[in-house]
Amino acid sequence: MSNEIKVPTMAELSAAGQQPEVLFWVGCAGSFDDRAKKITKAFVKLLNKANVNFAVLGTEESCTGDPAKRAGNEFLFQMQAVTNIEVMNAYEIKKVVTACPHCFNTIKNEYPGLGGNYEVVHHTQFLKQLLEEGKISVEGGKFKGKRITFHDPCYLGRANNVYEAPRDLIRKLDAELVEMKSCKSRGLCCGAGGAQMFKEPEKGNKDVNIERTEQALETQPEIIAAGCPFCNTMMTDGVKNKEKEASIAVMDIAELIATAEDL
Amino acid sequence: MQYLPNILFVIALVLGIGFFAKNVKRLSRNIKLGRDVDVSDNKPQRWKNMAKIALGQTKMVVRPIAGFLHIIVYVGFVIINIEVLEIILDGILGTHRVFAPLGALYDFLIASFEVLAFLVIVAVVIFWLRRNVIKLQRFLKPEMKGWPKKDGNLILYIELVLMFLFLTMNAADYQLQQLNVAHYTKAGMFPVSQFIAPLFEGLSTSTLILIERTAWWLHILGILAFLNYLYYSKHLHILLAFPNTYYGSLRPQGQFDNLESVTNEVKLMMDPDADPFAAPVEDDAGEPEKFGASDVSDLNWVQLLNAYTCTECGRCTSECPANQTGKKLSPRKIMMDTRDRLEEVGKNIDANKGKFTDDGKQLLNDYITPEELWACTSCNACVEACPVSIDPLSIIMDMRRYLVMEQSAAPTDLNNMMGNIENNGAPWPFNQMDRLNWVEEN
Ligand code: SF4
Ligand code: SF4
Repeated sequence: MSNEIKVPTMAELSAAGQQPEVLFWVGCAGSFDDRAKKITKAFVKLLNKANVNFAVLGTEESCTGDPAKRAGNEFLFQMQAVTNIEVMNAYEIKKVVTACPHCFNTIKNEYPGLGGNYEVVHHTQFLKQLLEEGKISVEGGKFKGKRITFHDPCYLGRANNVYEAPRDLIRKLDAELVEMKSCKSRGLCCGAGGAQMFKEPEKGNKDVNIERTEQALETQPEIIAAGCPFCNTMMTDGVKNKEKEASIAVMDIAELIATAEDL
Repeated sequence: MQYLPNILFVIALVLGIGFFAKNVKRLSRNIKLGRDVDVSDNKPQRWKNMAKIALGQTKMVVRPIAGFLHIIVYVGFVIINIEVLEIILDGILGTHRVFAPLGALYDFLIASFEVLAFLVIVAVVIFWLRRNVIKLQRFLKPEMKGWPKKDGNLILYIELVLMFLFLTMNAADYQLQQLNVAHYTKAGMFPVSQFIAPLFEGLSTSTLILIERTAWWLHILGILAFLNYLYYSKHLHILLAFPNTYYGSLRPQGQFDNLESVTNEVKLMMDPDADPFAAPVEDDAGEPEKFGASDVSDLNWVQLLNAYTCTECGRCTSECPANQTGKKLSPRKIMMDTRDRLEEVGKNIDANKGKFTDDGKQLLNDYITPEELWACTSCNACVEACPVSIDPLSIIMDMRRYLVMEQSAAPTDLNNMMGNIENNGAPWPFNQMDRLNWVEEN
């Protein structure tokens, strides 16, 4: 396993007079959260492997404003949005890929009204395409027959109707995809959305991530797959809470593919 | 004397429809208390949504049992209206079974009404059992106590009685036809009421006429009363589901509107060349624009239409992750509160000669508490679940906006998060200059 990764920045490319095919929007979690950084790296390894001409904004990237907006702070959201849009428009970005459904939703749906028009894809959609184009492969069968259940992130699934790309990828691993009792458009939230990630939950009988983890455990999975850094954290906490971390792994789709590829 | 029944009928009809028209006027006045919102786009898609969701009931069948039963009641309701049309014409003209000349078609129509009436009775009984005996969880939530519970049952009773009256009327009519009583044309086919008819065997002609007339009158008066009951009931959805699905959001569910008033201010703040004095001084009324919603008049009229359309079915609440884990939030309650407050404001306006007089209350706090609002994960499960395209989340978000932008009343943790975004460009206290550190780390 090599840890050598190539991560060009927009600033470098533009200084060299180049324009990447796609901007990888890393997001705050992907940049700072220790668990999510692993997802970021796994995805970059795949991009490198497939020779994708990409770049990141690096220190020029800033929070999309999603948590501010969902908390009700439209001012802060729009300040963030306008700043980010200025940066991306200055680089003449056309296409954006991101591993965070919250960044995905915000840039795809809410930035156009403020002057930011890009083609935005989620990393599962992007990976699916790379796989179909033969730029990456998942031979070897590391996950062959393994029971994997997929937790639909609200902001990818219900919010934007992306249900099949992550599932297609899991099937490509030759794994056994098992569905939870609430899945796809009736999926249950992990409990982190709407800025809940950043505050204590309101009083209740139970935390949402515990409820969701219980649903996942009912499928007796070996792996709980996620497509969102926040879901990943919530489900990981849930699995720990149930003291199942020794037997059940919570993994992002990008990590699954990267592992299958031995990256 | 001969025309007395006709005259009485016309009076009843005019009163019934007149009251209804008055309620509709009040309804539309109340809905228009909301802010304007542009929903004139993409008409073909809107018609399609209405046809699919309201007419075609596509979202009802997500829950197959309730969905199937609901379709029976719905089809029964739509078709029996043809029968009501005949009753009204008969009532005005003093005729009997005025459509009878349609012959075989008429027989078929009456037969299918009867079958449907029977199926509706079966469906209504099952619905009643679900509400009162099986005690489905979602009918037992705190917001369903009192009137909402009574309302739900009352509707079922009224439907049951109306269907029985219809069948009784036909049974008596059938007997009268057998006896060749004048005026009672031989017409129709009675696959269901033929089983009631034997009960009337041997009764005198005048008793039969009395039964037939009583059932006929009670049936039509009941329908007129039911029409006027709608306004006070969740049953209003039988009318409003249509406009509501037409005006329902066409955006991806994750897309929240970008407040335009904020956009203007942000542009001014961000643009170094902007002349602050060139900024238009508030809007025409001179009232500063309010951010977010604390009362019903801050919501837009589609949100208010949503509130009147809500059928209190609780599908939203039973899918809500916050509610499932015991938090106070119930999206159904958000809709019911909005409607209750809107009714209160409407009554206030009526009592004060057309002008709202401050009653010291508002939607926020008096009806919906911040605790409910902050429990929402914005997951859109409620929006997805609603069979009539209601969006409880949009009201929750508008009220959060008010809490945060007008009152700075966010929970402390969220204030910290927002402070971090403002200062570091991330919700956590990390330096923006460290954003690329992950490349070097192992
Ligand atoms: S969006 Fe909010 S109210 Fe609606 S289901 Fe999700 S948590 Fe509940
Ligand atoms: S908002 Fe929709 S789903 Fe919720 S109770 Fe009302 S009609 Fe039912």
